Amino acid sequence: MTELTWTVAGVRDAFLAGEVSAREVCEAALRRVEGLNGSLNAFLTLAADGAREQARALDAAPDRRALGPLAAVPVAVKDNICTAGIRTTAGSRTLERFVAPYHATAVERLLAAGALLVGKTNCDEFGMGSSNEHSAFGAVSNPWSLERAPGGSSGGSAAAVAARMVPAAIGSDTGGSVRQPAAFCGVVGLKPTYGRVSRYGLIAFASSLDQIGSLARTVGDAARVLAVMAGPDARDSTCSAEVVPDWLGDLSGDVRGVRVGVPVAWLDQGVSSGVRLAFDQAIDVLRSRGATIAAVSLPHVRYAVPVYHLIATAEASSNLARYDGVRYGLRAAEVSNLREMYEKTREAGFGPEVKRRIILGTFVLSAGYRDQYYGQAQRVRTLIRRDFESALASADVIATPTSPTTAFRLGERLADPVHMYLADVFTVGAPLAGLPAVSVPAGFDADGLPVALQLTGRAFDEASMLRVADAYERDTGWWRTQPPINAEG
Amino acid sequence: MPGGSGDFDVVRLAALARLTLDPGDQVLYARQLAEILTFAGEVLAVDTAGVPPTTHALTPALPEREDAVEPSFGREIVADLAPTGTVDGGLIRVARVIER
Repeated sequence: MTELTWTVAGVRDAFLAGEVSAREVCEAALRRVEGLNGSLNAFLTLAADGAREQARALDAAPDRRALGPLAAVPVAVKDNICTAGIRTTAGSRTLERFVAPYHATAVERLLAAGALLVGKTNCDEFGMGSSNEHSAFGAVSNPWSLERAPGGSSGGSAAAVAARMVPAAIGSDTGGSVRQPAAFCGVVGLKPTYGRVSRYGLIAFASSLDQIGSLARTVGDAARVLAVMAGPDARDSTCSAEVVPDWLGDLSGDVRGVRVGVPVAWLDQGVSSGVRLAFDQAIDVLRSRGATIAAVSLPHVRYAVPVYHLIATAEASSNLARYDGVRYGLRAAEVSNLREMYEKTREAGFGPEVKRRIILGTFVLSAGYRDQYYGQAQRVRTLIRRDFESALASADVIATPTSPTTAFRLGERLADPVHMYLADVFTVGAPLAGLPAVSVPAGFDADGLPVALQLTGRAFDEASMLRVADAYERDTGWWRTQPPINAEG
Repeated sequence: MPGGSGDFDVVRLAALARLTLDPGDQVLYARQLAEILTFAGEVLAVDTAGVPPTTHALTPALPEREDAVEPSFGREIVADLAPTGTVDGGLIRVARVIER
């Protein structure tokens, strides 16, 4: 395998052609993880035995062509997605020794498609964070610059793909947790429409926003992985029955006549000059390919970050009530009564960001404030959703930067939560409106750090969004550029 | 109240959320949460008269299924997950509820 064929499509094609065995692919991925994880801290748990066993089964198959679409492809799974027999911590002390008795539907489908589950990736605790610094097991480093954040909360998955440990990974996206780390690490991050992928086995953070998505080096690869996971699931009543189209077959490179909406007023939200320059150049590329570029208006999206935090913290305070030390997870020792057991368990098990969000969520749901804060946030969410619907009536996709800046330094924003939350200014809108969005590499700033273009599509129209992203990627080929750490591996 | 926010009593809220905070964290959290609420304050001023709330962005028709007993995890598997790792007569042991 060469650097350029260490992709989902490349690995699978080489395996099907008999050029490489699943065992060889598996060992290559494990060597890569073992060689680089000391620098990156991207993986929390390796699943070498299971991956080798899966590889043996694939190599023994009488007809490789009858195997699934991810045959012999090493993948990593964010550690807030349940895996039977492999611990699932969600980046929290609370679940440090938790081993789920079942696979999440998404994981079950990856394995059925022939993927090699190499291990579980580091993340902000319960998905709460934009830098991966809120993991109980230490921050992840960005492969492009080790003293910088990989983004979050799926920072381990993004770093693992960027450092070529695995060709693809999965993560969860509540307010940008797949797309923002993908942007910081220079890989593709794909969040589908709410309901496209089952949430069964995804550890809940904010249930009306959480979605599982894919991270890979190319748009086609991200679509391949998503296609395997997507589709109805009787175990999740919010999982849609919508038919999953042939996204790969639709990647024609032709975007002539496609209408790309640019929310001009939104672009003033603290965007760095390097990001703005790369974004403007990306729009020029789409225009030169025949897309129609037009300004669109999203007047209420300026409220998206605070609305997101009012709603997500409310849902989190409810979802995380289950970590009380009774049925599973951590339990504090030496307590005299049940209430003390709850309090000491939660005090010891949760990190500072989780506590902050639980307390805020408790406040916005408390008597006397519920309608003023939570109810109002839900109504403004309606206005934001209507803005997107209106803009996407005249445009096929909406283009913005994924993040207003490139990767910031580790520690730089930890003491200032509001500053940290603003990293998600362009990513929280899509989940509030339930829409699909993809982040695709769009070059580098003056410091050599990755910049990304975000495309947001209509509900259940991932196809248009992916077609535009793929066409852009074909013209620019940023995905071929390697981070410096790869020279060491 | 700690932190200077008129609405925000971080000690009471932590207690409601079954959390305990040491005095240093009480001050820190009260300040940070007051800043977050100030930041979120602009949302309160938006005119939402007649606007319905969004609870889920895309609300599918709730699917129905037959109310039938289905296989689940066995008692042994669930018991293994319990923090104490032991089961007394099929029950999970917790701390004392009724105090003397």
